[in-house]
Amino acid sequence: MTSVTTIKPKKTFSWNDIRELWRYKELLYFFAWRDLKVRYKQTAIGIAWAIFQPLITMLVFTIFFGGLAKIPSDGVPYPIFVFIGLLIWQFFSTALSDASNSLVTNQSILTKIYFPRLILPISTVATKIIDFFIATLILVGLMIYYHFVPHLYGLLILPLLLVMTFAVSTGIGLFLAAVNVKYRDVRYVLPFFIQILLFITPVIYPPSIAGKYAWIMALNPLTGIIKAARAALLGNIPINWLLLLISGIACLFTLLIGLIYFKKTEKYFADII
Amino acid sequence: MKETVIAVKNIGKKYIITHEQGGYVALRDVLTNIFRTPLKFFTQKAKEVVGISKKEEFWALRNIHFEVRRGEVIGIIGKNGAGKSTILKILSQITPPTEGEIRIEGRVGSLLEVGTGFHPELSGRENIFLNGAILGMTKKEIVKKFDDIVTFAGIEKFLDTPVKFYSSGMYVRLAFSVAAHMEPDILIIDEVLAVGDAEFQKKCLGKMDEITKKQGRTILFVSHNTSIIRELCSRCIVLDKGKIQFDGNTEEAIETYIKLVRGEQGRSDVSAGKEEAKEANGLSIQEVSIINSENRPTSDLLFGEPFSVEVAISSRDTLKNISIGVRIESEDGHPITSPTSGASKKLFDLNPTSALRVKARIADCTLVPGQYWITVSATRHDQKLLEIMKIKAFFVGADSYKDTPSYTGGWGVINSNPEWSSY
Repeated sequence: MTSVTTIKPKKTFSWNDIRELWRYKELLYFFAWRDLKVRYKQTAIGIAWAIFQPLITMLVFTIFFGGLAKIPSDGVPYPIFVFIGLLIWQFFSTALSDASNSLVTNQSILTKIYFPRLILPISTVATKIIDFFIATLILVGLMIYYHFVPHLYGLLILPLLLVMTFAVSTGIGLFLAAVNVKYRDVRYVLPFFIQILLFITPVIYPPSIAGKYAWIMALNPLTGIIKAARAALLGNIPINWLLLLISGIACLFTLLIGLIYFKKTEKYFADII
Repeated sequence: MKETVIAVKNIGKKYIITHEQGGYVALRDVLTNIFRTPLKFFTQKAKEVVGISKKEEFWALRNIHFEVRRGEVIGIIGKNGAGKSTILKILSQITPPTEGEIRIEGRVGSLLEVGTGFHPELSGRENIFLNGAILGMTKKEIVKKFDDIVTFAGIEKFLDTPVKFYSSGMYVRLAFSVAAHMEPDILIIDEVLAVGDAEFQKKCLGKMDEITKKQGRTILFVSHNTSIIRELCSRCIVLDKGKIQFDGNTEEAIETYIKLVRGEQGRSDVSAGKEEAKEANGLSIQEVSIINSENRPTSDLLFGEPFSVEVAISSRDTLKNISIGVRIESEDGHPITSPTSGASKKLFDLNPTSALRVKARIADCTLVPGQYWITVSATRHDQKLLEIMKIKAFFVGADSYKDTPSYTGGWGVINSNPEWSSY
């Protein structure tokens, strides 16, 4: 059977886009594969980088924030406390910054070949999942060292948290990637934006530090995710299901906004990039 | 009559011309504009919404109708800026049309560039998979054709070498080989055959011939090179200024195309051209023209055709012993040759009453087909009085002038026909 394609002035969004994305899943895989391969070929220590980076960050944070500044950690050893936060944070922040640049860095492909443009930012975020799993090895080591046994339901909730982080970083990533095509100075602002975000996300401190203003922090979907991850793995505090639900809705909302904005501007990409 | 596989109905593509310097809009500038002159910003936005804003529009294509039947090989020819690339981009879905509709039956493979997505750090093997996937092949297909691709490109020994170490020839061969093995029902090709050596080009042409004749595929092919068009295509569409000028038999199409190229009045009125100043130190350039071998002003030359550059300069003061320079630059701005009249011991005098007209006839420089720029300068005693960069563009076509041997392709900007021998 031959497929029939109709080319018309573009509409913003239709279910066909999702179906098309599915048809191109192999290309998504190849882009992710390329990014991983190239990244680990270009660094001297290769894949060890994915271990090294969060490990060093964790050590530095432990020494300065846990040791010297004596930041509370909800009654768990600071290294393991901060590392769970860092795992989620690094996934989010690297995914966000790379996804934002994904269209511009693949400009030459974008102007020469058709494929669903969504593939580029999504595959970039997907590669970060691999890094996430590699870095998880350190967490396993830490948990063994500090004799923490995660709850079973805690382990079950982790995939959900991963999906939520994926959704929120993809959402913002899609939005910024599209904006970046038009306004090239976005990429200079982004690192600053991410840095600020680190400090308003409870990575290095527990959300309880904010006292009665803690609800403001709950607006940041990462707060709910990190809090739930700590609760699930360490069992020191119960999981706040309401907070998690709010975060979940916020993630979904972010993804939707990013998706709509991306699809809306997509038709101009090849013309103005 | 075979069935229609592509039906293009009333296609148009509109671009909005922006006069941004540097090309990109900075968010910073947009924000500063909003804060500095908020009123102006919002009235401008309002005008845009209502549609009374005076944005400059440009139709790259308008009212394009044509149909393609299965197994046809169609050439699309036209001058630079005629809309050829735009139509290919619309057909390959890279950019949507502003109006109209296209119906395509079957899988489309487009080849607007060889080696799209090749990554220099990855090996030949890895790039075959990556490029194949980008071109729309499935992993299974690539695995099946892997050996054929490698053999066709002739890179067996270098399969696991990163492509950044490949010679340009190897790179192009591998890239084209991957593309040649995708099996779309409809193949859309931009001027990709212009790269690579002549022998490989022939091999590619053979492969394309095989694709259409044996396998009954449809090909849409854009080129400047009329000899390739003649060899491959049974039907041709001539585009000019975004409209179809002719659609039919290849020979007639090429004739139409050549008439279009030759008939254009290429005299440039400098004052209507670029915004920037055409004057310095009291000197000002009035006119720059390219004159072809038939003594007609044009901006399109044949391959190997002698031509003249005519420059008219006026002056505020009387100046003696002026050397005029005419530099030819490639499309990307690299100087190719910079003859000056001073170097040929020919100096001119300028006076305020009448403009100086200088003609430089250039017959010993065979430029390969492409676009070139003219930069004009005036010097007195080694002191540069005026230099106007890229004041005029001209094109060299692929058709040969009189007895000039036809262009054989290859890299570079200057053509040479060496006498080869062994000793």
